[in-house]
Amino acid sequence: MSKRRSASFILVDVLLILMILLPLFCGMVIKILTTPPTDEISIAGAQIYFIVPMPLQDMPITESQVNSWLVILSLLGVCLYLTHGLSPTYETRRQHFAEMIVEATDNMVNSNMGAYFKAFSPFICAIMALSAFSSLLTLIGLYPPTSDLNVVGGWALLVFFLITYYKFKCGPIHYLKSFAEPPALTPLNVISEIATPISMAFRHYGNVLSGSVISVLLAAALGGLSVTLFGNLPGILGKLPQVFPILRVGIPAILSLYFDIFSGCLQAFIFAMLTMLYVAGAFPAEDYARKMEKIKNKNKKTN
Amino acid sequence: MLELAIGIILGGCALGAGAAMIAGIGPGIGEGNAVAKACEAIGRQPECKGDVTTTMLMGCAVAETTGLYALVIAILLIFLAPGRFVDILLNAIH
Repeated sequence: MSKRRSASFILVDVLLILMILLPLFCGMVIKILTTPPTDEISIAGAQIYFIVPMPLQDMPITESQVNSWLVILSLLGVCLYLTHGLSPTYETRRQHFAEMIVEATDNMVNSNMGAYFKAFSPFICAIMALSAFSSLLTLIGLYPPTSDLNVVGGWALLVFFLITYYKFKCGPIHYLKSFAEPPALTPLNVISEIATPISMAFRHYGNVLSGSVISVLLAAALGGLSVTLFGNLPGILGKLPQVFPILRVGIPAILSLYFDIFSGCLQAFIFAMLTMLYVAGAFPAEDYARKMEKIKNKNKKTN
Repeated sequence: MLELAIGIILGGCALGAGAAMIAGIGPGIGEGNAVAKACEAIGRQPECKGDVTTTMLMGCAVAETTGLYALVIAILLIFLAPGRFVDILLNAIH
């Protein structure tokens, strides 16, 4: 196999790289165009871009929705780029990288959920990548969709449906019985069932939001500090800190290292991990195996 | 009189937010315990450092939840509640 690539291959590569970068660039342009100019630092939720009239209730299209769609598009570009030109004989660097990701998720799902849930690894990888890259959007100055409770709540609701689906595997009677394990604790079991998605959503949302709030407060404090420290200098030097707060350069980056990069990736990992543990824990494996055996025996008898 | 009432509302919201964050003590102690035990475990068996670290991070994240509930309440009290309560007050007057 020759190492030279054809012109069409390189063209598709360039288009895919554009597909990765263009959504992020679009997001930045939209952000710049729609943010109203203010002097003061403000902590606000997601901006509402426009409102779609709906019969029951109007549907606002917010910054978090737009940004999460941009992340989805960008991630699609990443996936297509990594899997472009796969071949069993001549392996490229990006193919090794893609294989590494797939193998790592497969291993994680296998060790945490068991062989029955082998098909879950694409879902887990998708939810992890979406969550991590949504949180990392703060690095380019965009509003992270994960600091909106509605987005994370939607994901947690999805996980809740999965949990309920796997609890229903042995029939509705078994599902209802699982709440009355010790019959006295039935109300507590129902509450803890509802608390699962709520705690997942609040954990992710609270971590990302607290990081951004603390970053904004620190930036405001550093701006005020640079004015008070250097504001009394003579001449133009005294006016400079009001236009360009010098202390705001570099110092917030140290906090950002923890709050944006470490915390965002950690929360993505934890969300995926909890999804795996809850779904695997909801599946009554022994009872399901017993039920399958019973059905098999019945089929044998009728045959 | 109206200013006094609005002042009381704002002060109450700020005090409530501060009081809510007392809940930060719990996760701090809990996570400290978890990390201390993880350090002990790694010291005893350095070969399973990866597993211990993963489990510890999971446990820390779960222990953090109560603190984050308090944080959400505090944020609501600071950013959302004052406007709501002042609106209610003004509606009650007019």
